[in-house]
Amino acid sequence: MGYHAMAINQNTLTIDGKDVHFEQGQTIMDAALAAKIYIPYLCHYPGLPPSGNCRLCVVETNGKSVAACITQAQAGQRIHSNTPELNVVRKMITQMLFVEGNHICPACEKSGNCKLQAMGYYLGMHEEHFHHFNPRRALDASHPAIFLDRSRCILCDLCVRASRDVDGKNVFAIAGRGADAHLIVNTDSGKLGDSNLDRNDLAANICPVGAIMHKERGYVSPIGQRIYDQQPINEIALGEHVPEHKERDHD
Amino acid sequence: MTDQKIRIATASLAGCFGCHMSFLDIDEKLVQLNERIEFNRSPLTDIKHCGPSDIGLIEGGVCNADNVRVLREFRANCKVLIAVGACAINGGVPAMRNYFDLRECLEEVYLHGTGVTNPQIPDDAELPLLLDKVYPVQEVVRIDYFLPGCPPPADAFLQMLMPLLDGKAPHIANNQLHYD
Amino acid sequence: MLSQYPQNCVEFSAGHLLHKLYVLQQTYLHISTESMAQVAEEFELPVSQVASVVDFYAFFYQKPVGRYHMLLSNCTSCGYQTDQHNLLEIICRLLNVKPEITRPDGRVSVGETSCIGMCDHGAAMLINGVPLVGLNAEKLAHITHLISENQPLSCWPMEWFRVENNIHKQDVLLNEHIQPGSSLKKALAGDAQRLLDIILHSGLRGRGGAGFDTGRKWQLCREAEGKAHYVVCNADEGEPGTFKDRVLLQSYADALFEGMALCAYVIGARKGFVYLRGEYRYLLNHLQNILKRRYEQSLLGPSILGKAEFSFDIEIVVGAGAYICGEESALIESMEGRPGIPRIRPPFPVTHGYLGQPTAVNNVETLIAAAYVAYHGSDWFKAMGTEQSTGSKILSVSGDCRTPGIYEYTYGISVQQVLSDCGAKNAQAVQIGGPAGTLVAKKDFSRQISFEDLLTGGSFLIFGAHRDLLSVNQNFARFFAHESCGFCTPCRVGTRLLESSFQKIADGRATRQDIQEIKQLSAFVRRYSHCGLGHTAANHILDSLQDFSEAFDEKLVQTSFTPSINLDAALEDARQITRRDDADAHLE
Repeated sequence: MGYHAMAINQNTLTIDGKDVHFEQGQTIMDAALAAKIYIPYLCHYPGLPPSGNCRLCVVETNGKSVAACITQAQAGQRIHSNTPELNVVRKMITQMLFVEGNHICPACEKSGNCKLQAMGYYLGMHEEHFHHFNPRRALDASHPAIFLDRSRCILCDLCVRASRDVDGKNVFAIAGRGADAHLIVNTDSGKLGDSNLDRNDLAANICPVGAIMHKERGYVSPIGQRIYDQQPINEIALGEHVPEHKERDHD
Repeated sequence: MTDQKIRIATASLAGCFGCHMSFLDIDEKLVQLNERIEFNRSPLTDIKHCGPSDIGLIEGGVCNADNVRVLREFRANCKVLIAVGACAINGGVPAMRNYFDLRECLEEVYLHGTGVTNPQIPDDAELPLLLDKVYPVQEVVRIDYFLPGCPPPADAFLQMLMPLLDGKAPHIANNQLHYD
Repeated sequence: MLSQYPQNCVEFSAGHLLHKLYVLQQTYLHISTESMAQVAEEFELPVSQVASVVDFYAFFYQKPVGRYHMLLSNCTSCGYQTDQHNLLEIICRLLNVKPEITRPDGRVSVGETSCIGMCDHGAAMLINGVPLVGLNAEKLAHITHLISENQPLSCWPMEWFRVENNIHKQDVLLNEHIQPGSSLKKALAGDAQRLLDIILHSGLRGRGGAGFDTGRKWQLCREAEGKAHYVVCNADEGEPGTFKDRVLLQSYADALFEGMALCAYVIGARKGFVYLRGEYRYLLNHLQNILKRRYEQSLLGPSILGKAEFSFDIEIVVGAGAYICGEESALIESMEGRPGIPRIRPPFPVTHGYLGQPTAVNNVETLIAAAYVAYHGSDWFKAMGTEQSTGSKILSVSGDCRTPGIYEYTYGISVQQVLSDCGAKNAQAVQIGGPAGTLVAKKDFSRQISFEDLLTGGSFLIFGAHRDLLSVNQNFARFFAHESCGFCTPCRVGTRLLESSFQKIADGRATRQDIQEIKQLSAFVRRYSHCGLGHTAANHILDSLQDFSEAFDEKLVQTSFTPSINLDAALEDARQITRRDDADAHLE
């Protein structure tokens, strides 16, 4: 036992008591996902640079709380993730994301395929708990194929990174401060219709909620038969990654 | 009097009665349930005021003064109060007016909207006065349990009620949760 | 000092994005979408980056402000809410203007802003970016008159703009006035390692509040590999109640620049920056004059004091209203022309800082202390203070006391001694280190200012017995909600929720259960936020609940539940629209 432990200790940490191997340079999240251990997240996407903004992936190590997606894996780390206390914290975060925006699931085409909603299911969220902010946020329907409903944006920054780092277009950014933070479009007019966003771009398809939606597409699968109606987010997440690099538009 | 029936009251505030319809969708189990419960105030009974009850089911959010009064009456009279459905829990579709000022909404609907004739914002004292926003019920009174869904599936009503009839705390499994 | 006199047009390098935007703001009173597109082209940046910067900083506006644009501080010491008056309400009434909305004739706009560092001058405002101090109702009436006559600021009474140093107690740092260059001369006589050893040996620690070992920071930065190394002076003191850097920049800037050059010598930097908070822009000319002289004296520039291999330049970057930029990685983001959003740390700036290169970020006071350590030696420094807190600390004392101002003490001084020295006879509590620091109750006034006990960046806010600590807490909660950068969920949403919780208490609608919720939320924001702002944003609440729970209890209602909103008030819009006032149009 002692010898064995010494030998693997160099690149091993534990998550909830389970030994997990990692490669140098990996984050705790990378290591967990590679080992098929689910740590909840909304702003992470395997293959994109991490951001650390949603904080759902909070884990405890050495008496400290850290975000697994932006914390380097280190030999010997003992990480606690799937604990009742942390899941209460994660539920609070999810509730905060709900009340901060305008999430009316019955009126949203994303319902059933929405990760925020699925996170609520996973964490047993029966209600939003905090008072609603009811923000008034601009809708942008200027693009022929995509519309932007900022009411549902959770500021996860995934579209920003996908567009910049995979699509090579830099269509989105986050502006504003504090509760006024909001998604903006990188065009002189600020309108999505003036951008070169294509419906096949990763940025047009990565939104975890119903903020970036495809036009003229609805009820392809009925309510009740959608992704998270069938399978919980902790199972779906383990198969998720940035698609292979595709040929870019020549524009 | 050991087999005294459990008294249930129900109301729809700013809702569409869809949750009530879903409740009735438990079909033949209603007969079973009926042996153990009786209804106090409810659209099913037409009793106008909530009397002392064991369980209150509230559908719909709180959009006007009348909703507040009904909700308070339920809270005062029901031992256990349950928020049923998306609208009760977070305002739901009616709360989509919350991103606009009340005045904007009313002017759009009653003054400037297409097809408006005799433009005038209703001001009759008979009408319940609107709140500035549509509020979830738990922002107005204390709520004991929440049954999400739009509407909650019929079976979820049973999952919620059956344990309560036996004096136990209900539990909705995470994989039974739906917000739509 | 004439250099403090208001000037509408300050010349300085427009090569920095923030500076370019400042010029546009000054010229057109706002930054239009067309301007943003032009700036983006000129700076070869995505227009979204320019837009996000404009949106992030409080002193940039997308709609025109008035030709007289007033921002009243909302700090508990230099803020508009005085014991007698709400000065914001008064000025708005006098000028017939609503807060944050420019008057239709375009002449005037009034708003509020976080602490502007004039806490020893009574209520204060920035008017067109320049501090105007000692506000009271009479002065506001006079201001209204001058505005109605369209008098340019240069014709306003000069003394309104006079910012005094108010140094009431001097110790080693403030007593010292060594000849410019004398520390450098001594240091350059030896090699960089020798200087580093002196700093290391002195035990000097960062004066910004966190107290990282300065020598160690310089050493790590020196050892870090990079294409270039940078020295950055953090002159973005934004903690409400702090103003010591204002005084140091005004009267000790030579020592500061000397300290920066010494740091450059140690870490091998050729370039340094002073990140000056936008609120202190009025000091820019003065600082640039000193820089100019130091270039002439060969204390900056190529081959400093004839040492061929040692060249060092200093540039000043002026911020634009964002407390978060006091966080060192947010400060670097801001220097690089982006919103001040804290980076993921590690890596820390000492290895990956400005432009991704090793960067030593130090507080103004730290760099000045380093200059004196280099001159007098580490033993001189170590002889003062306590074991882990060597040297002295400059405190910005304000609030309920007779003589607010600057007080310097060797570390280890008790809170009580400071209170006696500044004539605070009736203090019930002191907020040490500002809203992000520690609230110390009367029973703990024997505690000491030191890294072993009470850490502080220097803010020392005194609350007399008459002060309503609940409204102080509410003020702080608003401050953090306003200054949260919005990056991470716990801080972005949590600080806003805390702010509204305090509103509920203040309105007399909160229950004991609400207090439990506040406690839980405070602990959550503290533990799960991304950066220091969130980690400290709820300190004041947890401290107050511990030592001053009665201030909360008095306001609570004795029911188990109350609505989150005032329901009758929620009917007011509808009452107005329908002109109803019948019994059914009200809720109790």
